[in-house]
Amino acid sequence: MIAELGNFALILALCLAATQAVLPLVGAGIGNERLMRTGRSLAVGQFVFLVASYAALTWAFVVSDFSVEYVALNSNVALPTHYKVTAVWGGHEGSLLLWVMVLAAWSVAVAIFSKPLPREMVARVLAVLGMVSVGFLAFTVLTSNPFDRLIPAPADGVDLNPLLQDPGMIIHPPLLYMGYVGMAVVFAFAMAALIGGRLDAAWARWSRPWTTVAWCFLTLGVGVGSWWAYYELGWGGWWFWDPVENASFMPWLAATALLHCLAVTEKRGGFKVWTVMLAIVTFALTILGAFIVRSGVITSVHAFATDPDRGVFLLAMLGATLLGSLALYAWRAPKVGLGGGFGWYSRESLLLGNNVLLVVSCAAVFIGTLYPLALDAFSLSKISVGPPFFDAVFMPLMMPMLFLVGMAPRVAWKQGNPQETYRELRWVFVVSVLLGIAWPLAMGAWNPLTALGLGLAIWILLTAATDLRNRMMRRRSQGLGGMLRALRPSFLGMHLAHAGLALVVIAISMVNTYEIERDVRLAPGETATAGKYAFTLASVSKVRGPNFDADQASIVVTRNGTQVTTLTPQRRDYDSQTGMPMTQASLHRRPSRDLYVSLGEPVGSDAWLVRLYYKPYMFWMWTGGLLMAFGGFLAAADRRYRLARDRSTVSQTDIPISGRDVRQEVS
Amino acid sequence: MNQKPLPTHLRHRRTAWTGGLGTLLGALLIGLMLASPAAALPVGQPVEFETEAQEQQYQKLVRELRCTVCQSETIYESNAPLAGDMRRRVYEMTADGASEDEIIDFMVQRYGDYVRYRPPLQANTVLLWTSPFLLLVAGGLVWLQVVRQRQQVANHGELSADERAALERFRRGE
Amino acid sequence: MLKRIFIPLTGALMVLGLLYVGLGLDSRSLPSPLVGKPAPAFELESLEDPERMITEADFIGEVALVNVWASWCSSCRSEKPYLMALARQGVTIHAFNYRDTREDATHYLAADMNPYDTIAFDPQGDAGMEWGVYATPETYVLDAEGIIRYKHIGPLDAQLVREEILPVLEKLEAEQS
Repeated sequence: MIAELGNFALILALCLAATQAVLPLVGAGIGNERLMRTGRSLAVGQFVFLVASYAALTWAFVVSDFSVEYVALNSNVALPTHYKVTAVWGGHEGSLLLWVMVLAAWSVAVAIFSKPLPREMVARVLAVLGMVSVGFLAFTVLTSNPFDRLIPAPADGVDLNPLLQDPGMIIHPPLLYMGYVGMAVVFAFAMAALIGGRLDAAWARWSRPWTTVAWCFLTLGVGVGSWWAYYELGWGGWWFWDPVENASFMPWLAATALLHCLAVTEKRGGFKVWTVMLAIVTFALTILGAFIVRSGVITSVHAFATDPDRGVFLLAMLGATLLGSLALYAWRAPKVGLGGGFGWYSRESLLLGNNVLLVVSCAAVFIGTLYPLALDAFSLSKISVGPPFFDAVFMPLMMPMLFLVGMAPRVAWKQGNPQETYRELRWVFVVSVLLGIAWPLAMGAWNPLTALGLGLAIWILLTAATDLRNRMMRRRSQGLGGMLRALRPSFLGMHLAHAGLALVVIAISMVNTYEIERDVRLAPGETATAGKYAFTLASVSKVRGPNFDADQASIVVTRNGTQVTTLTPQRRDYDSQTGMPMTQASLHRRPSRDLYVSLGEPVGSDAWLVRLYYKPYMFWMWTGGLLMAFGGFLAAADRRYRLARDRSTVSQTDIPISGRDVRQEVS
Repeated sequence: MNQKPLPTHLRHRRTAWTGGLGTLLGALLIGLMLASPAAALPVGQPVEFETEAQEQQYQKLVRELRCTVCQSETIYESNAPLAGDMRRRVYEMTADGASEDEIIDFMVQRYGDYVRYRPPLQANTVLLWTSPFLLLVAGGLVWLQVVRQRQQVANHGELSADERAALERFRRGE
Repeated sequence: MLKRIFIPLTGALMVLGLLYVGLGLDSRSLPSPLVGKPAPAFELESLEDPERMITEADFIGEVALVNVWASWCSSCRSEKPYLMALARQGVTIHAFNYRDTREDATHYLAADMNPYDTIAFDPQGDAGMEWGVYATPETYVLDAEGIIRYKHIGPLDAQLVREEILPVLEKLEAEQS
């Protein structure tokens, strides 16, 4: 009964979404305020029904109602309750329900937080979001209904994939979906602006905080995914360039480009066309991601064609998005002006360079991911494109990018002065080069790529630090308070995000160069070393988890004779999937290194295969990711976005463009 | 190894998962499909070589060869028996002094280019390897074009740096 | 107006077309690079008789199937009737017993009938790697000179036998005479 109510709520939400896609748009078209206002209530209504629907599915999981097929396939009686709750998004149908619920949540957020925006704009944004919602809800209801019954109900369910029975599963999908779906909001703003013929700095200013917040969630989602894979898979990798990972990385790259492009659009009125294109591309890439993950076209070596309807439906959605938005663009965009001029050496031109590099990187990932499919489509050959390709192509594109990250914030808008930059940054540059050379030497083995990576990371950190210092020193006369006030959130946020990137670069350089990995065979009492650490297998015992049996090794780690810690990696045999052991790594994390142990197969009478890793600076990878997201949130919280929402004056006044350009703007 | 198509409900599960962890499900399902007694080199089996170069070659190769029956995994990562066979073969050939190219050729002759995660540069992969850099060049040209165009806009609206300098000289009476 | 969006539109259409074609592709079917090549060399014990060594020469001489199977492989069981039918029609079928134990394999054959002429015992998958075996069951067709002319990965079924295996066999027989 509960499941039927959930299904009913889902269908009602679809109806509301369809209404939301039409009424506000019509209202904005004919200037009918009552129709325009319906957008808000419809968004709220849709959200309420989706929450109800989601709650119904969760209930079915918690009470183990295996007459619901989806529950029967993704849960079982012995599953711990917190994993029952998260198992809701452990499969295709439920994760799609989470997706549409998150989309509804974003729509409500837009309805609430954009009260000061012109009502036509809000109406159009909500209408576009309604259209997106209709697409995904129809997809859910028609091809992937999580409430389908299974009669007769089995006595017990199949179980949630043991790999998904992990805290990472609790936080990764919601964060990732917040990011993906947030891009729909950005897309909706761009479309609304096109429909209204209003691609101006005000539009950029409105959509910028939304883009930033969505980007932050996407950053967290990708980061947490990597963090989870790192400890869960048991071989210490943190990025595999797997098509599914690429599916989340491409929108991230495009969104990063968009974020920087919006800075130019907002401040200087330029790159509007490009901004719109990026908004479209970013959103399209999130749908492409869903296609890659859910259609079975790419990931699977063993693709016994998954339900083809799903692939076709998602492809149709992708097509409608791309063709619809391009048509709208072709129809409306000729009214868009060029924006302000700038010199070759200016913030604008450097941000354009950043965009070129990011977009080309994104294209490289795209090409690498789809190339095997293209060859196959033309029956040319079956090939694999894997990490060696992506590393070889991605690295050279990122290096100049990192250099620009340090430099661009120091260059003035419109017309910078190379000599001034040189004067300001020459010592920073020299110090970065020296430290970049010296740090690898201190680590014991020098190699040029590592030095380059570390040097660039230090370059970013130092330029950010000196920029913050300069800004504060200018307000020295106003005391400490004045100095702190000088650090506007958007300014500080930018530098923190850049510093986060630098930390990630440090971690990557370090772990790629100085990681130590050893496969050893240990019997109780035996010792193996990795770097300066000695690992002694004390014992292996049987333990019982909530729904698995495990062999648990107890491994004592010492350094120079002093005990560091005891690690307890497990090899788990889940009740629902006996004979297919899962390895559960055990880690000891410190800022300068992780020690990582995973337990392999037993060999001989009492010995075990054990994998030992010494992974320097992994901590900075995750810290860097968090810092990037935090910087983004900080920037999005900047007061000026709130102040700027003055409905009447659409703040073109503070945009220092020459008068001729302003008049080119459509208002 | 049993290649029977998965039952429908399992197929749905495989594709069910978005995010950075698609390989997880893959690993699970491959595991389900390949329940065979393994006689190959298990994951994590220590290998020993006479020289450091051989060790490095082995470690590099197992990370660049694809487990052909798996869903997007290298033979270094995979538990599949075939991956174990391939690891063992790479180990034996390396220990016998075979070069990297010889071992890759051996695998490609038997399993095709599909087995290489580092696609070779050949007629059908020229576009793959070159297009990122062609795009970069194209992007560079776009950059130049846009900057030139905007410089003109800037110059049109007001004085250029040269003009300003000239004006300054004029003011100083030069 | 269309000129402005020519490039993005072309790109979008190309990607959409590619993905649409991709939906219809079977990414599982991996063409074997060995088709058209001579049967790879191997030397293994016979399944029935550990004393007797079998090499690729034992598979060569007439048009024949080479089937890779194992007792633990359930889809091998499902294709066995088709192999039996082929054997009854007089088709020579050689086999690799892949990653198996003698005991289990002998049981498997004893429980039912045995379609195979020669069975090479390959517990370590040594010959399997030489022959580029991905997964059991796999079926090769050799011509009289020992050239691999066809390969199928996965179980045989009535349609496959009718539409692919038999025509290939007939063609090769015709070539021979």
